[in-house]
Amino acid sequence: MSDNASIRTPSQRIAWTATIFISTLVFIFLITPILAIMPLSFSSGSYLTYPLPGLSLRWYDDFINSPRWMNSLKNSMIIGVASTMLSMVLGTLAALGLAQWKSRFKPLVLAFVLSPVVVPGVITAVGLYFFFAPIGLTGSYLGLILAHTALATPFVVITVGATLQSFDTNLARAAASLGASPLEAFRRVILPLILPGLASGALFAFATSFDEVVIVLFMAGPEQRTLPREMFSGIRENISPTITAAAVVLTTVSVILLATLEGLRRRNERLKGSSV
Amino acid sequence: MTEALLTGANASTEVPLKRRLRRAERTRQVKALALVLPLLVFLLFTFAGPIAGMLWRAVDDREVRQALPQTVAALANWDGKDLPDEKAYAALAGDILAARASGTIAIAAKRLNYALNGFRTILTSTARNLKAVPEPGTAKETLGKINPAWRERTTWTTIKDAGGPVTGFYLLAALDLTRNVDGAIVAAPADQAIYRDVFGRTFLISLGVTALCLILGFPVAYLLATLPPGRSNLLMIFVLLPFWTSLLVRTCAWIVLLQSKGVVNDSLHWLGIIDEPLRLIYNRFGVCVAMTHVLLPFMILPLYSSMKAISPAYMRAAASLGAPPLTAFLRIYLPQTLPGIGAGGLLVFILALGYYITPALVGGAADQMISYFIALYTTETANWGLASALGAVLLLATILLALVYGKLVQGQQVTGGMKN
Repeated sequence: MSDNASIRTPSQRIAWTATIFISTLVFIFLITPILAIMPLSFSSGSYLTYPLPGLSLRWYDDFINSPRWMNSLKNSMIIGVASTMLSMVLGTLAALGLAQWKSRFKPLVLAFVLSPVVVPGVITAVGLYFFFAPIGLTGSYLGLILAHTALATPFVVITVGATLQSFDTNLARAAASLGASPLEAFRRVILPLILPGLASGALFAFATSFDEVVIVLFMAGPEQRTLPREMFSGIRENISPTITAAAVVLTTVSVILLATLEGLRRRNERLKGSSV
Repeated sequence: MTEALLTGANASTEVPLKRRLRRAERTRQVKALALVLPLLVFLLFTFAGPIAGMLWRAVDDREVRQALPQTVAALANWDGKDLPDEKAYAALAGDILAARASGTIAIAAKRLNYALNGFRTILTSTARNLKAVPEPGTAKETLGKINPAWRERTTWTTIKDAGGPVTGFYLLAALDLTRNVDGAIVAAPADQAIYRDVFGRTFLISLGVTALCLILGFPVAYLLATLPPGRSNLLMIFVLLPFWTSLLVRTCAWIVLLQSKGVVNDSLHWLGIIDEPLRLIYNRFGVCVAMTHVLLPFMILPLYSSMKAISPAYMRAAASLGAPPLTAFLRIYLPQTLPGIGAGGLLVFILALGYYITPALVGGAADQMISYFIALYTTETANWGLASALGAVLLLATILLALVYGKLVQGQQVTGGMKN
């Protein structure tokens, strides 16, 4: 590490080597479980051990041909997409409002809006269970979509809010002075500029819903079980390699989301760099 | 707007312009608030309302009052020092007959049994043996004959305590406390006093996981903050990929790795280190490993951003002034990472406190945290009062810690601004 200017003495070199050594172990700790589970889904045997007896796609076949797993994948998509759309509308409006609103109550309102992230999932789930059961919203898609929207919206408010903070409001004023109506100014000036922020918010929202399982545990009927919920029962009952196939499907979705987000971030940085 | 500018040019109409500007600003503020309002209303319905409802359930106590209304009314003025008078016995006999007919006796029996073990039997046996036509003698004699428990003061104080409409019973029970026959707050009987232990365990596991995350996360954050951006961005994937991978996938992966015929035990056996498989899962060790894995990114990311903000010039200045590297690190670098340590540590601790899925899947019976009991009492035993009371305690702890976290992060922004 000769490029590290602050390293001069032998003791510093030892400290730096120790840092690299420990960090390497931590990176292995972080990534091994995810990597270890993947090849098992391609095993031809039914035990989750290495070495693999042979390779096959039988567990993916099992996954695709199982109405239970397919139904759960469909449910995850329906609930994820619907709650993403709802939280995008509510969250973007709120972020736009909060960016302009000046009041001493603003920190309080912001804390309230962000609180679903901090409150333990079980508490939200129990509260919703008591609250939604008498009005028939447990065991329904609508109930789950509403609950997931509440959990996902804070992420939209944060991401879109951060984008608006770096947004130059003079551009909106310029549009207005050139005769654009507020709606037109939003559509043709503000929206294209905050679009990457909106996309990141949507990804966060979708990931939140797609990964959520505590509320689903309390509120979903057999018809609304999502993919993580199905995995939860699977792990509880007996871990078959089909679960590892489901895990690979879930992880693939995560990787796609992460890659898209990273791409958006890079694009944003590039744009910022070119505008300076 | 043009109009405002034109009139503003005229000195005599300066005040109306000011007023008009103020009015324009006010309209802007109202419009801004109107944009936030839909979300506030939505969260009121899907988040704040339900949680308020849960908190209400922690003190709500109307079951006995609804099932045995006359008894509760008759006991209202009873001082609890001696057995109640004949009026109360007669009211109870009447209530039990009515509740037996309407089927609400089981609800009251369930609630009273929480307070006094065996009350269910007392009430159901009485309901079974009580004849609709009054027998000769007083109601006191009749009831006492059916079940001698009616001759005891505790039986009656239990009903009076459960008379509602609000109670501290569940909240006290959540802290292993109860009221004795004289109404004083005392320790709960040993067989019911499990929650302090559960809270203690939740606290210890969270603290342990936070410490592990700090020990493992600090060098990684330091490495990422020190390396040139190209390489640190690449290594960041190792942190972000687990962060984005589903909690269920990660928990499942740990089970596959740690179970008795799992990858870790197999490898150790193959290497000749062990003969018998080690017990690595369904115990405290498994819970701590899996939770640390899940929560580590929440520690690394705040630490990384606080370290990224430390200018290398400070360390160079310390070195040029003759500080040995360790002294410079301890006295210059480390203090500047404290806000990051605080923020990351609190975040991990708050998240760990409420953990449910991971301990439920990789823990044994003795490793279940408070969330498990909240879920258990909600869905399995339907003791909603106790579930809500335990939830209220957990929520209080979370809110207090979140307030500290808010102050800490806010302070960080302030000092960050000062540095620039």
